[in-house]
Amino acid sequence: MKIKLIDIAHGRSGDKGDAANIGIIAYDDKGYEIIKKYLTAERVKRHFEGICFGKVERYELPNLRALNFILHNTLGGGGTVSLKHDAQGKTLAAALLRMELDF
Amino acid sequence: MKEKIRVASGQGFWGDLQSIPLEQVSKGEIDYLMMDFLAEVTMSIMQKQKKRDPNAGYAKDLIQILSDIFPYAVEKNIKIITNGGGVNPKACVDDIIKCAHKHGIRGVKIGVVTGDDILDSIEELQKEGARFDNMETGQSIESIKSKLLSANVYFGAVPIVEALKKGAQIIITGRTTDTSLTYAPMIYEFDWKWNDWDKLAAGVVAGHILECGGQASGGNFLGNWKSIPDLAHIGFPIAEAYPNGEFIITKHDGTGGLVSIETVSEQLLYEIGDPTNYITPECISDFTSIKLENAGKDKVRVFGIKGSPATDFYKVSMAYSDGYSAAGTLTYSWPDALEKAKKADEIIRTRLSDLKLNFDEIRTEFLGVNSCHGPLAPIQNEINEVVLRIAVRGHSYNDIEAFGKELAPLILTGPPSVTGFAGGRPKPAEVVAYWPALIPKKLVEPKVKILET
Repeated sequence: MKIKLIDIAHGRSGDKGDAANIGIIAYDDKGYEIIKKYLTAERVKRHFEGICFGKVERYELPNLRALNFILHNTLGGGGTVSLKHDAQGKTLAAALLRMELDF
Repeated sequence: MKEKIRVASGQGFWGDLQSIPLEQVSKGEIDYLMMDFLAEVTMSIMQKQKKRDPNAGYAKDLIQILSDIFPYAVEKNIKIITNGGGVNPKACVDDIIKCAHKHGIRGVKIGVVTGDDILDSIEELQKEGARFDNMETGQSIESIKSKLLSANVYFGAVPIVEALKKGAQIIITGRTTDTSLTYAPMIYEFDWKWNDWDKLAAGVVAGHILECGGQASGGNFLGNWKSIPDLAHIGFPIAEAYPNGEFIITKHDGTGGLVSIETVSEQLLYEIGDPTNYITPECISDFTSIKLENAGKDKVRVFGIKGSPATDFYKVSMAYSDGYSAAGTLTYSWPDALEKAKKADEIIRTRLSDLKLNFDEIRTEFLGVNSCHGPLAPIQNEINEVVLRIAVRGHSYNDIEAFGKELAPLILTGPPSVTGFAGGRPKPAEVVAYWPALIPKKLVEPKVKILET
């Protein structure tokens, strides 16, 4: 079964130094069960190959049906040093929603 | 004790919508208006301004905003709390008093919170035991100490509560945490104790929701963004807080935007790390304990929040000078838009190399193709146009300046159908890098002074 992440979740991203934070929120309980099970730190790290050069940490917020990801070494040195057009990782939540989960 | 208080968000950053504070005080009932002006590098920009002009170094927007809202705020006894004092709260208050007098307003007490600026006492504090190692990398401060541009301690609600107790109606602070501007009124009004961890944490969560202004009420919403009504007249969030630590997020009737579980959830996840360990000066909040419930149109009830004791440290926000950077763009049109942009990039890199310029990094991005999502963005075959963006960073001002002279000539010497160079040569800008550190709480103390208009 294939599910597009954008069909079951939304989110927001921002910067924490050179790390980006991406919060992903499922629209309903069923969606949360899917992302909790399949949207692993490893899956996210693989998705961001060529963008995230550090480790990916994952935290669960079941009350909010949400997962929070910290992507280290991702923003080209951090908000003010970075030469990236999106130096603060504002568009990375949308980039994660491009993912298709296969299970 | 009041049964409830309404704390309204007036600014989410320095440069936010100027019309919001007036709407918050005039379109419905509120008790407090909080305005956050400070981001991580804002303090260094303000230090530079203060160096040039001893009366500068704070958020000048604040004077116009206060001029707009003074009559309402005084008449309705709305209290105003803001960290817009930046690195010069004293000059800020002088200008506020002048502004109040213009409106014939006298006898209003203004609380000023200082003591956060430790730029001139780093050595002294080190002797007393502060290390200031970089919190993220563990590096010692010694390598960057001579290049420091600003150093500010993040104070919390303690000095703001003290100012409220002394009768201040307007409170101007330097670097206090964004969240404290919201929960200090709750501590003061509901007489919360400094070890009521769950209630303090609830206040912090309310502060986190309010501190980015419209981001909690439909702005930058990635869910069904098309469904958000009337963003041109977005209403900023208001926290209606109760003594037991519960609160409702809402906004004034008749304003645009949306307060829903989804818009509030997105803001709750914004720029957080470990959600069980959200550290502020007065407590640690557990964001996994937060419960949300729909409480009617544009109303979300927030409850169940758990907190735990604070740490023995304040966070210190430091900024230092770390070289220069410059960025420039050129726009290429069909046919072969991307191919042309790639060729232009190749030409400029060859020339930069011929000139033997030294850079720490050269970065090329193709706006309209992959600047946001990099390798995740599928490349279309026939694109209509693309913006080539080249940025460089390094420690030689002259080399960065030389890069700026290489971009424009490509219009006459590079690939065809190119435009978009109206802005002139890219100029070197100082790179201000961020250095987060800690300081033992016992080494610094906020100072509170009460003045009168």
